[in-house]
Order: sequence, then structure tokens, then C-alpha cells
Amino acid sequence: MTLERLLILSAILFSIGLYGALTKRNAITVLMAIELMFNAVNVALVAVSRYVVPYGLRADPLLPAEEVLLTVLTGQVFAMFIIAVSAAEIALGLAIVMAIYRSRETIDVSELNLLNR
Amino acid sequence: MPDISEPTAWAILFLPLGCFLLIALVIRPLLPGRYASLSGYVAVLAIGSAFFLSLAALNSTLGHEEAIGWASHSWVAIGDLDIRVGIIMDPLTAIMLVVVTGISLLVQVYSHGYMRGDPSYSRYFAYMSLFTASMIGIVLARSILQMYFFWELVGLCSYLLIGFWYERPAAAAAAKKAFLITRIGDVGFLIVILYLFSRKELFLAADLNPFEIPDIHVIVITGMLSSMVITWLALGIFAGAAGKSAQFPLHTWLPDAMEGPTPVSALIHAATMVAAGVFLVARFFPVFEASEEAMATVALVGGFTAVFAASMGLVMFDIKRVLAYSTVSQLGYMMLALGIGMPAIAIFHLFTHAFFKALLFLGAGSVNHATQTFDMRYMGGLRRVMPWTYVTFLIASLSLAGIFPLAGFWSKDEILLSAWTEGGAVEKAAFSMGLVGVFMTAFYIIRVLVMTFHGSYRGGAEAERRDTNQESTQPPTQQDDGDATQVHLAESPWVMVLPMVVLAVAAVVAGYVASPVSGLMTIPEHWLVEFLGGHTPDFSVPIAVGSTVVALAGIGLATLMYQTGTISAEAVGRRFRPLRQLLLRKYYMDELYEGFVVKRSFYQGVVRFADWVDRDVVDKAVDGIGWWSRNIGRSMARLQTGQVQGYGVVISVGILVILAVYFIWG
Repeated sequence: MTLERLLILSAILFSIGLYGALTKRNAITVLMAIELMFNAVNVALVAVSRYVVPYGLRADPLLPAEEVLLTVLTGQVFAMFIIAVSAAEIALGLAIVMAIYRSRETIDVSELNLLNR
Repeated sequence: MPDISEPTAWAILFLPLGCFLLIALVIRPLLPGRYASLSGYVAVLAIGSAFFLSLAALNSTLGHEEAIGWASHSWVAIGDLDIRVGIIMDPLTAIMLVVVTGISLLVQVYSHGYMRGDPSYSRYFAYMSLFTASMIGIVLARSILQMYFFWELVGLCSYLLIGFWYERPAAAAAAKKAFLITRIGDVGFLIVILYLFSRKELFLAADLNPFEIPDIHVIVITGMLSSMVITWLALGIFAGAAGKSAQFPLHTWLPDAMEGPTPVSALIHAATMVAAGVFLVARFFPVFEASEEAMATVALVGGFTAVFAASMGLVMFDIKRVLAYSTVSQLGYMMLALGIGMPAIAIFHLFTHAFFKALLFLGAGSVNHATQTFDMRYMGGLRRVMPWTYVTFLIASLSLAGIFPLAGFWSKDEILLSAWTEGGAVEKAAFSMGLVGVFMTAFYIIRVLVMTFHGSYRGGAEAERRDTNQESTQPPTQQDDGDATQVHLAESPWVMVLPMVVLAVAAVVAGYVASPVSGLMTIPEHWLVEFLGGHTPDFSVPIAVGSTVVALAGIGLATLMYQTGTISAEAVGRRFRPLRQLLLRKYYMDELYEGFVVKRSFYQGVVRFADWVDRDVVDKAVDGIGWWSRNIGRSMARLQTGQVQGYGVVISVGILVILAVYFIWG
């Protein structure tokens, strides 16, 4: 496993998510695709955190690179935050979808074109 | 008495200015109705204090050989140019201060009576205070910019006061005319300032500030500029002065300015507005002195104006209009004196003229107070009902006519004498114009005196209304004498008479006492003129007698024509009908300006061009921009589908394009 491969994985996940978010008609599917993009970002953050020594700690002789990579968990913490926020966001998104369905009896996003005014 | 300090000198300016603010911001909006008279008292108090401070300033300058020098204060710095404000306290300033504040004080006291009961009483005193303050500002100014600021403020105040009764269309039009015509002259003044600014590197290199008046004098004297440039600078300054002082060809506004309240006319004609032009030339006299052409221009314009304006005064029927032409003519004398290199004598004439001309206007106002008209054809016989007004008006008239030993005689005599003894061709021409002016002056002022005060009463405003209703243009005849209408005729109240008496005393003594031809008790010979840094040619009996004889001839002719009727005025009028018509129509100058300059050249040329630019360039450009935006917008609007996913596609593709560009060319 190298950083490149992980980033390529992340990019593929992101692209699939983006494609889904832009093309699917069903609002639920769009929300799922957005989740996929979140997780692509999480993968990238964790991978970078695992493989790249932060700039400020690079030339510190007291801390060898391996030690730094195992102890500095910035990317992982970031990913945790994103998971928490995305959970909140999906709850909100589903609530909106519910509200839309109640008022318009559909969740087809191509029908939701109120922005064209 | 200790020397005046700089803050005290500033107080002379800020007392009336503060008074204006107090009346305008506190008394007028907050204390309406019966407290309005308060503003009159505040104004008199402020200007009275300023007058006493001015006397102190004069007293201080007496003890000094040089001008009292106070360093100026930095106001704004633009790049390496420091614009400063400050005070020049030299004899010229001190004398002008005393004249301005003194006349203003008397006029404001008089206004208490004249303006009583006017609905805009407070507004009147607010403007008067601002007017006086602006004039004081000009007189004190050390920097040309500072002077220009107050110069324009004087123009503004004259506009406000001439148009004081703005509900009368004639007053509004006169105010506009005064403002516009003086503004034409001011362009010359402005160009001078801009020129000095544009050459500032040259002056700053020599450690001179191009806006400080003493430095400007040094610039001119040391020959840093070519004589050609100096001539144009002097003519630019003179253009400004000619506008304010109503010199030919910018004189047409002053007679129309009579639409304002009469005390305003007295102030404008004696102390503030028109004196500013003469003062300006006197202040920048070294600039003029350095250019022979400019001096000749000033002298000839002044001399010509003296005769030209006086001739129009010969035939007018409105008492204030005659006085207005008289002022224009007398200002011509002052310019003449400046032009022949005698600034001190010009200021001397300004000094004496201020007293008798203010008095004449106050007298005219007093007459109007009684008869409610300004048309002399409806006056007459007022000498019996208004003895004080008559006596003071008589003194002022004789003083204006230049009768020995009243004030006007001495100053006018010195002007003529200087013109005679200087001896060049220009001076000779100026002298002869001046002499003709003396004759006309004596004639028209005695005509006014006789028509107003002698003979029998011809009905005042009531008769005037009757005649205008019948659309009769014939003046009423002498038999039209109704005793019944005289009941409302009365002498004016003492607040109006008192200033006139004070001015009458000044009009008698100001000439001889201020500048006696031989030592008078403690007053040395030619005190005022020497104090102003001038010199006077020795008193010449032939010239004095000559000018007096000419004046007496004018008086005699006027008496014969209007008092005794030996020579019928109507017959003379018929004889010289075309000439009389020319004078009555003011040489068709108004028609020339209105018809030719404004209508033909301006409306048909400039305005038509501007109209074309406005319609075909500006409007079309605006319409075009609107048209294009609307159409572009309409086509772009199709992109707005409301499909969020469509927007997302565009955004994603856009990001990819940006990244691609960044990676390929970044």
C-alpha cells in the first residue's frame, strides 16, 4: 500500500459520488452519493496523515519520522469530525426530502426547479 | 495699549461668523416669533465688538513700521506643497477692517428700523453677519486660497441678500444675474490660482510658497516669471476684481442688485462686495506694478467706467439705480487711481466713498420707508417732512459731488491730481475721463436731491399704483399735489436716523481729518495716504479749483433744469432724444448680453451643441448600454433552468478546466 494508491482510491470514490450526485433523479440516491464523496475525502485525509510528516515537525532529530506518523493524528481527527457532521447533514437532508415529498408528492430532483425564477 | 494679539485678530473674523451660526442654528429654528428681534441685537453686538477690535488693530499697526508679522498656520499639505492660513495685519488691512466693520455696524443698527416687522427678520441678520464676516475674511487673508474662499463666500452672500425677497421674480432674477456675472470675473482669479499651483516646483525650489501673498509679491519682484506671464496674471486678478467691483463690461449686475433690501445695498456699495475688487487689486498691487500693460488696462477701464456709468445715472428715475450707477462710476475712479500707481489714494477714496455712499443709500431707504416707492417721479417736497434725512442726504450728495471741504472732495481731488502730475498719455486720458465724470456726478446727484426733496410731493406709492393701473407712462405733473396723501409721510425712527447722522459727520470730516493737505493739530500731513505707504503730489490749487468749478457747473445745470425750471428738462430730453433713449436703455448692454451673448451665441451655439451631445452621445450611450444588457441578459437567462444538478455539472466542469489550466500552464 502506498499513498498514491490510497489517493487514487479516494479519487475514484469521489468521482463515483460526484457522478451519482449529478445524475441520479432520486433525492435519496443523491444523498447517498454525497455520503460517498464525504468518505472519499475521509480516505484521503487519513491516508495523507499516515504517510506525510507535517512540515513543522520534519527536521526534528528528537522525533524520527515513524514516531511522528504514529503519534500525530490530525487527519484521523479531521475524518472523525466529518463523519459526525455528515451524520447531522444526512439527518437534515432526509428531513428536507420528507418535507418535499409531503408537499409535492415526489422526490424526483428534476421536478424541483424552483430556482429558475 | 498693548499690541493686538493674533487670537484677537482672528476674533474680528469669528465674531460675526459665530453670530451667523448662532442666529442660523439657534435663534431662528429654536426661538421663533417674538424672540426674532433678539437676532438683531446679537448681530449688532457681535459686529460692534468686531468694530472695537478693528480699532485696536488699527491702533496697533500705527506703532509699527512694517506689517505685524504672524507666522501662518499649516492647513493642508498636498505633496510637498503646504497650504497655510494666516493673517496679514498691515495698514491696508487695518483701514479696510475699520471701514468694513464700522459701516456694517451702522447699517445693522439702521436695519433694526428698516426691517422691522419683516417675516424673515432673523434670516436677514444671519446673512448680514455672514456677509460682513466674509468680507473681513478677504481683508485678513494671508493666503490666496484663503482669500478665494471668502471671496466666493461674499459672492454667495450677495446672492442670498439681493434675492432676499425671493418671492419677487425681479429679485430672484437680479440675484441670479449678480451671481453669474461676478462668477465670470472670478474665472480669471481662479486661473491665476491654478497657474501658481501648476508652477509650484519652481517656487518651492526658491523656498517660496506659491499661495502665500507676501511670497507672490517676492516671486513677481524677483523676476522669476516672464513679464508676459505677469501681465496675464495681473489681468486675471483684475478680471476677478472687475466682476466684484462692477467695472465695464461686467457692471450690469450692480444696478439690478437694487432689488435687495436697501440696507443691503448700502452695505454692498460701501463696505463689502464692491470694495472687495478694489481691495484685491490693492493687495496684489506689486503684480500690477510689474506690468505696464496691466496698469494701463486698469486705469483706462476704470476711467471709462467712471464716465460710462455716470452717464447712465443722468437719466434714471429709480433713486437707487442712480445711486448704483454712481457707485459703479466711483469704483471706476478707484480703479483709475490704482491704474496710475496710487493704491493708497484709491483706498483713501474707498474710505471716504464708503461713508457718503452708505449714507446716500440709507437716505434712499429712509425716503422709501416714508413713500413706499423708489421712483423719484413720485417723490418731491420731502425736505419739509424729513428734515434729518434731507440734511444728511444733502451732505452726502455734496460730498459725492466733490465740493470743498467735504470728504469726497479731498479723495477725488487727489486722484485727479495724481493723474495730472503723472503725465503719461494713459494718465492724461484717465484725467480727462475723470473730469467728465466729475461733471456728470455733480449733475445726477443734484438731480436726485432736487427731485426727491424739493418741489412738491407727487404722491408716493399711491400715485405710482394709480398710474401703473391706468397704464400711463407719463410722469405726474406738478399740479398733482394732494395734501391729503401726506398724512403718512413722517421722519424715520431714530434707529434709522442715528446711523445717518453718524455717517453724515464722517462724510464731512473723513476727507480732511484723515488725510489733511497740511498738518492738522496732531495729525500729520497726508496721514492716511502716507500710512498706506503711498505719497501724494503737492496740493495744487488750479486742479482743485478746476475740478470744483466743473462740479459746480454740474450742480448749476441740474439746479437750472430741475429746481428753477429755467431750462426745461423735457425740452432737453426731446432735443437729445436718441441719446436719452440710449442712456435709458443702458447702452443696450442688457440687450447685448441677453440677446446676443446669451440667446444668439450661447443658446444657439454652446447650448445647441450641448443638447446634441446630450441627446445623441450621452443618451444614446446610456440607451445602448441598457439595450445590450437587456439582450445579453435575455439570452443568458435561458441557462437558468432551476436544475441544481445541471449547475453542479457546470461547476464541476469549471473546476476541472481551472485545474487543467493550472497544471498545464501554471
